[in-house]
Amino acid sequence: MPDELKRKELVDIEYRPPKKDWMDVAPRFRHGTYIYPAKPKNLKYLDMPNPREWGPAEADWKLPDNWKEIVLNGMRERLDRYRSFKVFMDICVRCGACADKCHFFIGGGDPKNMPVLRAELIRSVYRGNFTKAGRILGRLNGARELTKDVIKEWFYYFYQCTECRRCSVFCPYGIDTAEITMMGRELLNLLGCNVNWVMEPVANCYRTGNHLGIQPHALMDMFGMMLDDIKDRVGIKIEPSFNRKGAEILFVTPSADYFAEPGIYTCMGYLLLLHELGLDYTWSTYASEGGNFGLFTSHEMIKRLNAKIYAEARRLGVKWILGGECGHMWRVIHQYMDTMNGPADFLEEPVSPITGTRFENAKSTKMVHIAEFTADLIKNDKLKLDPSRNDDLRVTFHDSCNPSRAMGILEEPRYIIKHVCNNFYEMPENTIREQTFCCAGGAGLGTDEMMEMRMRGGLPRANAVQYVHDRHGVNRLTCMCAIDRATLTTLMEYWVPEVKVTGVHELVGNALVMKGEKERVLTLRGDPIKETEGDEHV
Amino acid sequence: MYDRGKIIAGLVVFAGLTTLPFWYNIGKARVRPDPRLDTPAIRQMKEKHCIESKRFMIEYHMQMLNGWRNAVVRDYKTTYVSTSGQYFTMSLEDTCFHCHSNEKQFCNQCHSYADVKPYCWECHVKPGEEIAHGQR
Amino acid sequence: MKLLFAFISVVMLAIIPSIGIGYAGMQYVFGVVVPYVAVAVFVAGFAYRVLNWAKSPVPFRIPTTCGQEKSLPWIRQNKLDNPSGTPGVVGRMALEILFFRSLFRNTRTELRKGPMLAYGSSGWLWLAAITFHWSFLVILVRHFRLFSQPVPPFVNVLEGLDGFLQIGVPTLYITDILLLAALLYLFIRRVAIPQVRYVSLVSDYFTLFLIFGIGLTGVLMRYFYRVNVVGVKELAMGLIALRPVVPSGIGGLFFVHLFLISSLFAYFPFSKLMHMGGVFLSPTRNLANNNRMKRHINPWNYPVHVHTYAEYEDEFRDKMKAAGIPVEKE
Repeated sequence: MPDELKRKELVDIEYRPPKKDWMDVAPRFRHGTYIYPAKPKNLKYLDMPNPREWGPAEADWKLPDNWKEIVLNGMRERLDRYRSFKVFMDICVRCGACADKCHFFIGGGDPKNMPVLRAELIRSVYRGNFTKAGRILGRLNGARELTKDVIKEWFYYFYQCTECRRCSVFCPYGIDTAEITMMGRELLNLLGCNVNWVMEPVANCYRTGNHLGIQPHALMDMFGMMLDDIKDRVGIKIEPSFNRKGAEILFVTPSADYFAEPGIYTCMGYLLLLHELGLDYTWSTYASEGGNFGLFTSHEMIKRLNAKIYAEARRLGVKWILGGECGHMWRVIHQYMDTMNGPADFLEEPVSPITGTRFENAKSTKMVHIAEFTADLIKNDKLKLDPSRNDDLRVTFHDSCNPSRAMGILEEPRYIIKHVCNNFYEMPENTIREQTFCCAGGAGLGTDEMMEMRMRGGLPRANAVQYVHDRHGVNRLTCMCAIDRATLTTLMEYWVPEVKVTGVHELVGNALVMKGEKERVLTLRGDPIKETEGDEHV
Repeated sequence: MYDRGKIIAGLVVFAGLTTLPFWYNIGKARVRPDPRLDTPAIRQMKEKHCIESKRFMIEYHMQMLNGWRNAVVRDYKTTYVSTSGQYFTMSLEDTCFHCHSNEKQFCNQCHSYADVKPYCWECHVKPGEEIAHGQR
Repeated sequence: MKLLFAFISVVMLAIIPSIGIGYAGMQYVFGVVVPYVAVAVFVAGFAYRVLNWAKSPVPFRIPTTCGQEKSLPWIRQNKLDNPSGTPGVVGRMALEILFFRSLFRNTRTELRKGPMLAYGSSGWLWLAAITFHWSFLVILVRHFRLFSQPVPPFVNVLEGLDGFLQIGVPTLYITDILLLAALLYLFIRRVAIPQVRYVSLVSDYFTLFLIFGIGLTGVLMRYFYRVNVVGVKELAMGLIALRPVVPSGIGGLFFVHLFLISSLFAYFPFSKLMHMGGVFLSPTRNLANNNRMKRHINPWNYPVHVHTYAEYEDEFRDKMKAAGIPVEKE
């Protein structure tokens, strides 16, 4: 699919805005820049409004008759519920500091992808309907009527935002476009204007426990295949438990980790590590999804999907929860789960059974990030590691949006990576840590239908990878996010094909020296491990 | 979570600061500047008139004096021709203080009221003080 | 077009008092009534806006973290950019409000041939913004000399510092120049950068012109077309003692200055200038990132429909049993 897009044409970017005022420019629903609508069956399954067959490129969107009332009431309700929304509607001074911070603007040049203008799409309606000055002065005061064209524009641009929050790092008032986009999408959802790439995973997750709709027996098959591969490549037979009552720890990771490459290699890494430690833990088929596409739908939907994790922890009687590598999953777990579905008073404050470390930073939510867990193991010298097994790899690390800007887990993955491989190179400082660039496929945009926007929006990230590839021969991009592992793979194929994508715990799994393992000649991927000449590994 | 307490405390501070001028002066005696012109020299004048109009003197005397200083010190010009065509020697002590010999009752009245600290007195002697100290 | 409209609006605002004073003798209206109304609108309007924000809760703790979180004891936390408690939050907010920390990070992105994206630090916007805001504050505080008798020492100190160059008579205040220069830069950048011009509204230009007008009339009055300062102070002192008098012979330029200030005060609560209050309430900055340590309460946390385990097992029980997964009901 990316081959259809010519790279040269793609980077011929016009940053100069059009002559016409932005209120007079309508979006063009062009293939590759929007996502197909949600299928009615998914909305019906979730009891969501206005399920129907429709198309964004068509003139009639089949909105309910009282669509305007719905949107305005929805706005009023959200202004009353979210101080963030209200304050962010009022205080922007349009300084423009955010403009060239958005990856979609950098890679596409569409002025409405400047965070300030994305927010103005909603702010203009807010002024026109909720402020006196806006009502009286109208367009002079930046206010406009709410029309069906406005709804179309919202749909186009709120599904061209990955809620990555990079702009909010630079905003002098901390205005967070993710918050604006979330409100915009909630309002669109009230009209049934949503995308299938989000709603199908949501419906699946609601029913089967995971986004991909994997039913319990199929999930077992997938694990069976991974375990076979582990047996072949590592020589160890692992038998993880599922839905086991009385385990000490419940392990939850995004379903993409056990569904497809390259996520499965990361998942194999978890399996090896947790097995080697002899950890008393269980997987769950009911809570078989760490990710939460509810985050890309509405706050209510976040809660509906997230509820399963605590419910399952309670049912199984575990002491605490360990979470795998994922980005938006951790936004939900870190910033929403406890508030929405807590208090987790039926769990205990997490303590690593291996090192005895108390995870004080998780004492209320009682869920620990596996990078925190593993970094603690390495620090306490509990793992036997042979980083030379990763010597073929020249590694860089991509900070995923949510772990960096909604959590701040920056050092743990770097600490781990530096202990499991010998060649680590950072990308330029304006592209990592809190300033990291999005994969451009987050927030439910990671579908092929969106390919042009993804390749454009991914340019800043890819370009930084290109930089370390050219300079240091980097051939492996590590990340701690399931969406990244899927979307960055496509992005790299298009922009820097020499670089492959991997999770942190895949590298851990390769480097981990295990009791009873056979001589490792293959990595978890099945690539040959380079023999270091002369000396044996220790 | 509302944090109402903090917000209201913040607003009280804000309102207090914005209306500070109203509070700050409560109970303080209200003084008005009262520049006095009853010096011996002025009393003897038939027509009580400064070298320029009163309004001009009020608004621009500092710039005029600054001009005088520059003219005398830098260009050695010592004569000022007023708007009405009269000649005056450009000298603070000989011309201005000749009439306004009461710094405290005249200059200082407005200067302290408006909080203006002229640096005349870094070089010049105040007209009241020469008598007190008996030196010239 | 927007720019022109804003410019004309401000010019009109300057003309109104000129006509009122020059032809209609409305000194009392422009010297007493308008300022009182403006201050009342400002304080009441500001409080109303903030209380209106306060009415909406902060349902979730959503700080934007800009550094390492507090986690394991041996990993160094970035306490200012990712605070985990009140002292850190106070520090973060102080940096934000006093020094515009976030704006200081500003970068400029450039797409070069290759393609090659380059990011340079870009401090001009920050410099202009901080110069403007601090100058404005210093000027505001300096004006306290017109509202107090005797004048408190901190005002004298500030005047001394501000005028330390001792250029000209009356002494040139550095902040006067800085304020106008910063405003000029902010205006030029708003017009010259195509993207910023594209997002600019009438109100963005209007605010710039209005404050520039205030600064300009102030500078003119002080350095060029002098007015009777004693008269001005008598007016000010009368206003704050609630015994207003309008001394004669103050000069029309002063009334223009005063009217523009009054306009700014009255306009403030209805405009983007409310960012002054709003920045304190921004949930991405004023909350500690202690989410997993301390539960945040959402006052409207209503129950939702969930797919329970029992429902799940009912649907998949046979498949689960066949796959050897333990079930609740056989």
